[in-house]
Amino acid sequence: MNRIDKQFQLLKENNQKALITFMVAGHPSIEATEALIYAKERGGAHIIEIGIPYSDPLADGPVIQKAAQQALDKGIRLGDIFACMERVRRKTQIPLIFLVYYNTIFAYGIKRFITACQEAGIDGLIIPDLPMEEKEELNPFLHGTDIAIIPLVAPTSKERVKALLQGGRGFVYCISSLGVTGMRQEFHAELDSFLSSVREATALPIAVGFGISGKEDVKKMQPYVDGVIVGSAIVRQIEESGGNPIEIEAFVRMLSDI
Amino acid sequence: MEINRKFGIFGGQYVPETLMNPLLELEKAYTSHCSTKEFKEEFAYYLKQYVGRPSPLYYAERLTQELKGARIYLKREDLNHTGAHKINNVLGQLLLARHMGKKRVIAETGAGQHGVATATGAALFGMECTVFMGEEDIQRQKLNVFRMELLGAKVQPVVSGTKTLKDATNEAIREWVARAEDTFYVIGSVVGPHPYPTIVRDFQRIIGDEARAQILEAENRLPDVLVACVGGGSNSMGLFYPFIEDQQVKMIGVEAAGCGIETKKHAAAFAEGRVGVLHGMKTYLLQDAEGQILPAHSISAGLDYPGVGPEHAYLYETHRVQYESITDEEALTAFQMLSKLEGIIPALESAHAIAQACKTAALRSPEEIIVVCLSGRGDKDVHTVAQYLDQKIGGGEQ
Repeated sequence: MNRIDKQFQLLKENNQKALITFMVAGHPSIEATEALIYAKERGGAHIIEIGIPYSDPLADGPVIQKAAQQALDKGIRLGDIFACMERVRRKTQIPLIFLVYYNTIFAYGIKRFITACQEAGIDGLIIPDLPMEEKEELNPFLHGTDIAIIPLVAPTSKERVKALLQGGRGFVYCISSLGVTGMRQEFHAELDSFLSSVREATALPIAVGFGISGKEDVKKMQPYVDGVIVGSAIVRQIEESGGNPIEIEAFVRMLSDI
Repeated sequence: MEINRKFGIFGGQYVPETLMNPLLELEKAYTSHCSTKEFKEEFAYYLKQYVGRPSPLYYAERLTQELKGARIYLKREDLNHTGAHKINNVLGQLLLARHMGKKRVIAETGAGQHGVATATGAALFGMECTVFMGEEDIQRQKLNVFRMELLGAKVQPVVSGTKTLKDATNEAIREWVARAEDTFYVIGSVVGPHPYPTIVRDFQRIIGDEARAQILEAENRLPDVLVACVGGGSNSMGLFYPFIEDQQVKMIGVEAAGCGIETKKHAAAFAEGRVGVLHGMKTYLLQDAEGQILPAHSISAGLDYPGVGPEHAYLYETHRVQYESITDEEALTAFQMLSKLEGIIPALESAHAIAQACKTAALRSPEEIIVVCLSGRGDKDVHTVAQYLDQKIGGGEQ
């Protein structure tokens, strides 16, 4: 059983919701990334989502773009990120998920990338620019691995929802609002009916992300979902604190302590 | 009418899920509406009465004499309203947008030509228009920024990444993700996710359709060679496409070699790129070993793009089209040569095609015919060229 599945099962038994927290690998440094993962776990995060910095992050807003650019400017490479994940995996069993743009996987070699993920103990991949229509080229390389490709569902998906979730693993990532990460003005007007349509279409746990800015939003979302994803809000904290683990632990604890 | 999602392995739809339904909706509207008589007549009306089509196919006699080789014809897209081929595609897309009930349009622009064309069309049809433009390009192309504003468009500076066309495109796509419900994204070249490369090609094929009829009328036979510059590749796709089945017609796409391929400061995706994914499409790209997109360089802002349209990638792999590259220096020489010999100041983009045509013509006999797409006029580039020549005179002779 994949660590993500185990985590959701455990949470369900304890009648708890998952707190999934995002960060950018190498922001502000790869050493900080490792320390921050432990800090988040101590603060009460249940799943860690790690963004692999990319030059052209189409789905991300300014906060995450800037963090990724800083990491790239410092010369962070995939080898550093995989090595960091291996170190982390020796110390904790918390589920680790990569948010990775498809060209990163494609350029590295799909097989090589998946193998490296397995060796580093990565449990899932979120690929924001690989819709269902293009997944075929990835699928053959996933057979026999325990890596979940997390399906993304948007408020505009509508009649696509069912097909999107077929064969899905891990959990469903529901995009709360249109646009890029961290730029939400308000949640999509039909968020309730959107989330319930997803719930009807799958037995997988569902989590909601994009524009969850703080404790109030987490609280507001929890009744509808099994997990809440906090991205830009944490990246901003990491930026402002210079990657200070104590401050990030406190921030995550504040979010999880509901 | 049905259209393929891919050209061989190239193209596709590498976009966030949020955009999939808007893209499917666009494809549906395009295939059902743009093949109708009503649409074709409307499009033809605006191309004739507003753009001034057909554009002439002009025999460049003095240039031909100078080169003592094949006869060179110029397809004069520079004579279109707004001064380049971009307007053809823009009007097609805006008519489609209007049909789909969209009142707001967005576009990306590098040099500003596509931005100006979109702002022009938006004014014509009374639509709200926002153009995304890299901060760096805004500095380089102040006149076009002013033009767009004069036409009633809002120019949105882009400060992310390299602050050029690549990032303006990212930003336009991000905006579309946020506003797809009420906004139409007017892509300026044969790039982006399916169905855009096909749509833009179909709206630009008027260049090749006209050229074909015109050369048959003038010479009573097809040309031997077609030459056009390739940034994203819309003027070249437009010229080439109607000739694809004519195996006797050789085609040359011209990329920007910038300061020279060996200097790494260029925009030649076929010369040095590898297959990857950018802006929703799989194609040849300038990228590093880990897939980070590398900045492109060309004296011509319109060719300053690290990728190339996916259909070009297909034509490259199948060897139907040959791709060459021309340096900044060679383009500048051709720019001055055409100005002096023919009284035509070409856009720096088109000067790349002229430079290649000169090379090719010199190797061929006077019985042979070359058709070059003169995709735009050079008024916008006079300042850049003056600066460059000044620098060379001031700094290069020491």
